Amino acid sequence: MNKLELRKVCKAFGDKQVLEDVDLAVAPHEVVCLIGSSGSGKSTILKCIDLLQPIDRGAVLLDGVAITADGVNQNQVREDIGIVFQSFNLFPHMTVLDNITLGPRRVHGVPKPEAEDRAVELLDRFDLSDKIREYPDKLSGGQQQRVAIVRALASEPSLMLFDEVTSALDPELVAEVLDVIRDLKDEGMTMVIATHEMGFARDVANQVCFLDGGRILEHGSPAEIFTNPREARTQQFLQRIIDAGRL
Amino acid sequence: MTEPTTVGSGGPVNPGPPPRRREEGARAALIAFFSTLIFFGLVIWAVLTSPAWPRVQQQFFNPQRFAASFPAILHGFWLDIKMFLVAEVVILTLSLAIAMIRALRGPAFFPLRVLAVTFIDIFRGIPVILLILLLGFGVPALQLPGLPRNALFWGLTALIISYSAYTAEVYRAGIESVHESQRMSARALGLTQGQALRYVIVPQAIRNVIPALLNGFVSLQKDVALVLVLGIREAVREADIYAAKTFNYTGYIGATVLFLVVSIPAARFTDWYTERDRRRRQAVSV
Repeated sequence: MNKLELRKVCKAFGDKQVLEDVDLAVAPHEVVCLIGSSGSGKSTILKCIDLLQPIDRGAVLLDGVAITADGVNQNQVREDIGIVFQSFNLFPHMTVLDNITLGPRRVHGVPKPEAEDRAVELLDRFDLSDKIREYPDKLSGGQQQRVAIVRALASEPSLMLFDEVTSALDPELVAEVLDVIRDLKDEGMTMVIATHEMGFARDVANQVCFLDGGRILEHGSPAEIFTNPREARTQQFLQRIIDAGRL
Repeated sequence: MTEPTTVGSGGPVNPGPPPRRREEGARAALIAFFSTLIFFGLVIWAVLTSPAWPRVQQQFFNPQRFAASFPAILHGFWLDIKMFLVAEVVILTLSLAIAMIRALRGPAFFPLRVLAVTFIDIFRGIPVILLILLLGFGVPALQLPGLPRNALFWGLTALIISYSAYTAEVYRAGIESVHESQRMSARALGLTQGQALRYVIVPQAIRNVIPALLNGFVSLQKDVALVLVLGIREAVREADIYAAKTFNYTGYIGATVLFLVVSIPAARFTDWYTERDRRRRQAVSV
């Protein structure tokens, strides 16, 4: 059974169709990268999967269950999916530790000491143990984004979504965040990653989807997409990336 | 270019203000001091030498009258302070609840939102004094069983209702000032709407509106005196009674002094806090 499946998902903002009949299947432990120009619908797909945006038609299935159906407890679904955003979105009035323990404590009812032990463990693993008591505005962008990843992981999700998580970072901070995602892949986390980092996508993805105008124009292994794209739009997009020296 | 340029944080160390500038600062302070002294000296001299002054002094600034009227006024002022404290605590809680109800989303909460908006619209639209008269004289006259008939209770209730409607709007502005992405991140963690508000949105919102809330404190601290229309013997009412008995208005000055003693430091504190908060934010955003 697929971990995640999108069936003919459609979504419009007013008159503007942002997703059109999007089909996507993600196997357990698979890493899928979504590539395409800005406005092609990458972020919207992720927000629809996490039920942060309602879809107009179609269905999203998690572990075979339609989570977009009526009567589904959306909060419960979101607990099982972790999402990390481009702009970090840490809670500025809380320390790093409180940011991370908020979900486990308030949603899962984990007692405070236990939640904190677990958070410290995770922070240790991602080289952030000296930032436990800091407030987010004292951290670099790369550190903030790693904390955001830890915060998403603290609820022990079975699926992680990444929405252009390195786009707001200074170039020299990109690597530390991508390394964390590579670690997660090694552990077997199922992930859907919207990214502009083509080299990273080629490295880490099992499947790459090229989006154009709200449709998945083509998908396949990184080798297929990056070295032998079938569609003219894909070729054009990749050519531009290569010309810009980004691949 | 012949001179080497320094780049970034490795630039020259700031040696502090040069001695010349420090001297200028001292001179400016001296000028400010003397110009203030001269200005207010002239004003006071003009007042004290005017032909009307003896009568004004007799009627408003009479030391014996002041001493005679002051104990009762002070006693009344203590009631003002107590009313202020009780009302403020209730207002802060009630208005936050109203603002949070107004911030809930989704069709299921529509009736609650309508209720909150109606409350705010109605009670923000009625003059406080009118609401005090309506509740203070109107409700006890109904003689409904179970309802208190105490004028003080209804006067306070009117103040609380009126100020809660205002303060709810202050909180709402704060809630709306927190970026949408914060709500989304909270929801993404699996928090319910209520939890997202309580743990993520509202703490940030309150921080954003503390100066506005403090401003409301200062205003309420004076407006508690309005319950005098119900015959409640707070400071202004006591001064009024004294004036009616003696045809001397020094009591009003006594009450004025008491209100200023509390409200001026509160206003200074508000300014200080707002300024500190502004500086902190700027420090963060740099």
